[in-house]
Amino acid sequence: MALKPVALTLNGSERAAFTEDGENLLDFLRRRLGDLSPKFGCGQGACGACTVLLDGAPVLACLILAETAAGRRIETAAGLAGAALHPLQRAFVEGFAAQCGYCTPGMLMAAVALLRANPRPTREEVVAAIGGNLCRCTGYEPIIAAVLDAAGHMERRA
Amino acid sequence: MSVTVERAASVEEAAAAIARGAALLAGGTILMRRVNAGDPRLERLVRLEDPALRRIGSGSEGVSLGALVTMAEVAAAPETAFLAPVARAVGGPALRTMATVGGNLFARRTYGDLAVALLALGARIILARDGAREIGEFLRGRERAGLVLALEVPRPREARAFGFLKVARVRPAGTAVMTLAAHLPREGGRIRGARVTFGGMGPGPLRSPGAERALEGQALDAGTIGRAAAACVEGLEPLDDALASAWYRREVAPVHLRRLLEGML
Repeated sequence: MALKPVALTLNGSERAAFTEDGENLLDFLRRRLGDLSPKFGCGQGACGACTVLLDGAPVLACLILAETAAGRRIETAAGLAGAALHPLQRAFVEGFAAQCGYCTPGMLMAAVALLRANPRPTREEVVAAIGGNLCRCTGYEPIIAAVLDAAGHMERRA
Repeated sequence: MSVTVERAASVEEAAAAIARGAALLAGGTILMRRVNAGDPRLERLVRLEDPALRRIGSGSEGVSLGALVTMAEVAAAPETAFLAPVARAVGGPALRTMATVGGNLFARRTYGDLAVALLALGARIILARDGAREIGEFLRGRERAGLVLALEVPRPREARAFGFLKVARVRPAGTAVMTLAAHLPREGGRIRGARVTFGGMGPGPLRSPGAERALEGQALDAGTIGRAAAACVEGLEPLDDALASAWYRREVAPVHLRRLLEGML
């Protein structure tokens, strides 16, 4: 089977690797580019663990053919922290919004997309934004609280 | 992985590939799960990235949606405000970035919430091969329809003429136990051209002949709503699956239809 070259921007860096027919973006990021932050949960679009941003919009990496991401901009949870944690990451830590942590990278990216579009979300808007992301540990309340908390911090800092 | 992926340079090339047995990969939310599962029946995918299929057009009577327009775009565009509640009922935000209106026409039970709404509105489906088809006729033969280019959706003349309800056990992004839509245009206080549709009450989206008969020519009031609810399951065969039994769906369908219609008074 022919390999196809794919070049894209991952968290601000130009990256390139070969993909094969049928390979999804999640496998491409994890196996070819070594970014292990997006997680494999269901492979069906039901859990949101693989949520990344594609040209700024949240997508399910397991349902995207890797070759269709060529030339596009991908952001993952691995790119969130600079010298310090991203305010969302800090709020998740402080609010104990991660227990096993498996859903956390997807939750973070869904929340990043929300706060960029809507820096002062209501509780209902947070619930809608993470509606496609399953968490089997927390019961969601600490996650919702952490997103609202981060929104408050980010607004005060801005 | 056994699947091969080709890229079509034009609508004609994509239509030809489909005629040879390839499956069109649009948003990927239906087909990629089969690719990920290694479904051996899925041998060839064809990609088509024609900007014309991503266009939303608006006229006096309604909107024209290119088949590759996404649910997120329908939820956000001012031209499609009347469909925004339907688009927002599909999945979570990430799924809506990807899922297309054309793909939703091919969603298997119990997905396909948009198709239920479009059946109530009497949309027309524009095909690459043989022109336009009324959506009900399209849905009955969708396996052989070939490439969908666009969806033409009549705009309700007033907001209260169109109603939509998705019933799910998990909120906000659960799979539908059933989906309901109603289009009840009124002339001089009487309903003319009633269309009531269900998802989850048969193998695909279906109209409810019993409810439509009870509503046609009547004023929408408590009595009419009660008669429509009582008759709505006639001729339908509710699904019996892991989400709900056929018995349960038959019992609750009238309750949900009553709630939907009471919101359209």
